Amino acid sequence: MKMPLQFRVNGEDYEVYVEPWKTLLEVLRDELELTGTKAGCLAGECGTCTVIVDGKAVKSCLMLAPQAAGREIMTVEGLAQGGKLHPLQQAFIDHFAFQCGFCTPGMLMSSKALLDENPHPTADDVKEGLYGNFCRCTGYVKILEAVLAAGAKPRG
Amino acid sequence: MRPFEYLAPKDLDEACSLLSKHRDEAKILSGGQSLVALLRQRLVSPAYVIDIRRVPGLDYIREDKDGLSIGALTTHRTVETSPAVAKRFPMLAEAEHRLAHRQVRNWGTIGGNLSHADPGGDLAPSLIALGAVIKVVSAKGKRTVPVAEFFTDYLVTVLEPDEILVEVAIPYLKAGSGGAYHKESIRAGDRPIAAVAAVVSLDGKAGVIKSARIALGGVGLTPLEAKEAGKSLAGKKATAGVVLEAGAIAAREAQPTADVEGSVEYKRHIVGLLTRDMLNLALTRAQSK
Repeated sequence: MKMPLQFRVNGEDYEVYVEPWKTLLEVLRDELELTGTKAGCLAGECGTCTVIVDGKAVKSCLMLAPQAAGREIMTVEGLAQGGKLHPLQQAFIDHFAFQCGFCTPGMLMSSKALLDENPHPTADDVKEGLYGNFCRCTGYVKILEAVLAAGAKPRG
Repeated sequence: MRPFEYLAPKDLDEACSLLSKHRDEAKILSGGQSLVALLRQRLVSPAYVIDIRRVPGLDYIREDKDGLSIGALTTHRTVETSPAVAKRFPMLAEAEHRLAHRQVRNWGTIGGNLSHADPGGDLAPSLIALGAVIKVVSAKGKRTVPVAEFFTDYLVTVLEPDEILVEVAIPYLKAGSGGAYHKESIRAGDRPIAAVAAVVSLDGKAGVIKSARIALGGVGLTPLEAKEAGKSLAGKKATAGVVLEAGAIAAREAQPTADVEGSVEYKRHIVGLLTRDMLNLALTRAQSK
């Protein structure tokens, strides 16, 4: 049986009717058609479904949709503002931090949460913050460089 | 996931009464970092999911007179970064730091972790060695259970179908006591090949071990206490020999099975080495307190 779910996603209020056994990931992709957030392993291992919930990075495949009620969600679609890429997105481009790109939404959201908490992280901080995100192409070095570069810039 | 009815009680009383009504047909959801995966794999298919994530009053870390009390809905990340935990029980903060990864620690709770009863869970060994107790409630009342007696079988605990875990209480270490925990694993946040927690108490100036508790993770159907290894140290002077012997006893007490993390022999070997190392670290910490 469907139940109402009200929450904020990328600064906009939504009310959708969802079956409570859906995950936040399914609601974002199938109901809101925000398909930037990727469905990878669906078991909490790979991290490509990472979104930010009330300021914290979480895996949307492991969060039951009703738990998102009343909360503030940010997905990869919320990073760019007014047609301008977020500094992290620009850093990922500048440092060639993706190849196939499937892990990128999750990498960006984990990195965003990390920089919000710790604006100037060390390499170890970044490795720790991105530990729950797998990339099968890059070998991580370029991703690490991109996040460090974004973290080194003064932020307004 | 198979369909279920979603229930969101507004307080603990309502949660207890819903659970006493639906019992085995219901599962309690808190962070869901284990349960949602089980639901998806259809390893569990409850008719009701009772979501206690927003039940007030269960998210706290409190420095009481005799010990630290941690509410069931406290996230792993909160425990990991708590100054009170770092001060009182650094071994617990270290265990949390290597539990899965940041996203899981941000949403998963200690109550869910313990109730799920994974034998490789990161918290149980330290809590057993520290002599922590679990507080549970039901519509009928409340009771406490030592963590060492909480786990009964693979993913099974002493919780009755109508009971909810609400708190973990950890007694403070006395002067001259120290603890240490390490998980040996392929990657930092992986399941353990083997994990060992050790807590020792020294007898004043004599350098004699008053008591020791050793607990193992990932090497049995439940987290388990290596009781004989702990007992073997009581009353002995803390020498390299007795520590090594305790490791050998703990390796025998482990009940590992062969899997992707390693063979039975290898896991026992790791238990022996980790027991030695954690005892030595716990002894160093005990001497500095």
